[in-house]
Amino acid sequence: MTSAVSFENVSRHFGAVRAVDAVDLDIRPGEFFAMLGPSGSGKTTCLRLIAGFEQPTGGSISIFGERAEGVPPYRRNVNTVFQDYALFPHLNVLDNVAYGLMVKGVSRAERGRQAEEALKLVQLPGYGARKPGQLSGGQRQRVALARALVNKPRVLLLDEPLGALDLKLRENMQEELKLLQRALGITFVFVTHDQGEALSMADRVAVFNDGRIMQVGAPQDIYERPQSRFVADFVGSSNVLPPEFVARHGGARRWASLRPEKIRLGEANGAGVSGTVRARSFLGATNRVTVEAEGVRLHAVVPAGLPLPDDGAETRLSWSPADLHLMEEA
Amino acid sequence: MSASAVIPAHAPAILPSRGGIAGALSDTFWRRPKVLLFLMLLPPLLWLGIVYLGSLFALLLQSFFSIDEFSGLINRQFTLKTYGDLFQAANLDIIIRTVVMAASVTLASAVVAFPIAYYAARFARGKWKALFYLGIMLPLWSSYLVKIYAWKLILAKEGILTWFLDKLHLGWLLDAWLSLPYVGGNSLSVSFTGTFIVFVYVWLPYMILPIQAALERVPGNLVEASSDLGASPGQTFRNVLFPLALPGIVAGSIFTFSLTLGDYIIPQIIGTSRLFIGQAVYAQQGTAGNIPLAAAFTVVPVVIMGFYLWGAKRMGAFDAL
Repeated sequence: MTSAVSFENVSRHFGAVRAVDAVDLDIRPGEFFAMLGPSGSGKTTCLRLIAGFEQPTGGSISIFGERAEGVPPYRRNVNTVFQDYALFPHLNVLDNVAYGLMVKGVSRAERGRQAEEALKLVQLPGYGARKPGQLSGGQRQRVALARALVNKPRVLLLDEPLGALDLKLRENMQEELKLLQRALGITFVFVTHDQGEALSMADRVAVFNDGRIMQVGAPQDIYERPQSRFVADFVGSSNVLPPEFVARHGGARRWASLRPEKIRLGEANGAGVSGTVRARSFLGATNRVTVEAEGVRLHAVVPAGLPLPDDGAETRLSWSPADLHLMEEA
Repeated sequence: MSASAVIPAHAPAILPSRGGIAGALSDTFWRRPKVLLFLMLLPPLLWLGIVYLGSLFALLLQSFFSIDEFSGLINRQFTLKTYGDLFQAANLDIIIRTVVMAASVTLASAVVAFPIAYYAARFARGKWKALFYLGIMLPLWSSYLVKIYAWKLILAKEGILTWFLDKLHLGWLLDAWLSLPYVGGNSLSVSFTGTFIVFVYVWLPYMILPIQAALERVPGNLVEASSDLGASPGQTFRNVLFPLALPGIVAGSIFTFSLTLGDYIIPQIIGTSRLFIGQAVYAQQGTAGNIPLAAAFTVVPVVIMGFYLWGAKRMGAFDAL
């Protein structure tokens, strides 16, 4: 099966800066693919390489089997939802949505009909006459989505589309985007720095750092079996344990990841260490407790309502050996 | 740690007063910002209201007087006779000539200015941007008259332009152009083509800067979005860049159009002996001593600009402001 998007040894250097460095990547047709990483990790540059706004300095990019280097953005059947939406301020909502059809020469009546349909798809029917300036952030986001989808792209690129929305709206949109992607069957490539968003929405996640892909896999895979310290730390803020520590507590002499929610507080059985409580924070459904043990700071997340030790108190941390995930990185 | 232990014995006052008149004045202005605004605006408003608009109204008043053709004295009775004089063939000719020149200069300035402004707004960074501003502003630092006389030499029959075209074996092209009616003449420096070239040169900065400012405000991702949605560069220009730069183009055209309408020095030095509005005003109020007609001529550009702005507003040129 041909990949929807395929990177072979792709690099994009800006002078001495290696924004994307020798990346190999295969995105399958119809999947919801997330590119996750901190800012400056190269995920957005990868997206721009697919859209055609950037050209690779090395390697080759194929979209559905067709080589895409040197092909300008306007000849790619790929559309983008921009981070700050990039709606045309001088056009009303309907003309914004119909823009792609207009430049392709679709008749006014036909493109009006299709644009109205696209607005219905994103639950903004009847908003066509308004100007982008009269819409809320969430509504603008939907218009940007409709403007991309009306062109029936083979691949839809989303550049941190939910970044500017407040939490409640963001959660709603996450669900809606997921449903939309299922219903349309279009390949979605979603860039985000929010690991929760990536894990909850994507079929597969690529974790970026320093212009390279650290790991690609299903969300569960990434979360439970991080291959490197970076992935363990960035995805779900795992406890990254140094080799000496791991060697003392029943593992090989390797870096290991221990998820905060797998740590139990104040129980003597199982593998464990004693430490001093340094900080506690209330997170709503859970509490996070920071404990210093044998020179390592560990975070434990315990359900709210369980008794918590005081700051400065001695406590015992325990976990079952199976939860201590040894990483490939030495 | 108790709170009292943190505060030292001689703590600074919580709401210390600033003594003196300056302190009291600052406080008053802070409490009543409108007083400060009024005081700051008073001198320029007086200037604008009395000196500037006042003289304009005095002028308007003059245009409704007429001149006694035998005595040459001004008849201070309101009449529209002077405005009627504007429609005499010779005078109408002057008005049409000036408006056509102003329109062509504006159009040419916009066409020349856009790519320069586009480059400056979207690509020039750091020292190139500084160089751009220097290049635009530098001609404005030298005297207007010096520049025009320099152009007279450049455009003269013995000038560098003729010489250069001859070297390129393109002298025949210039001769063919100069032999055309109306735009031609003995040499470029005594033709309307010469007047046009110098007008475009002199007013170009006033067109570049507003367009650049307008393009600067167009977010780069709108161009990318247009391209992403399938628009070729030409389509992006027509559908996104041009509409969003239009307020800047209109602002620039107000400068180039009105400055050309009113100028009397450039056509005096470079061009034919046929008059433009500015020259007509100069001649009527000077040698001819017909102040009312001079005033009526002056009202023409004001009225034309009024219609121009009204039309631009109707076209939505100011919607994106």
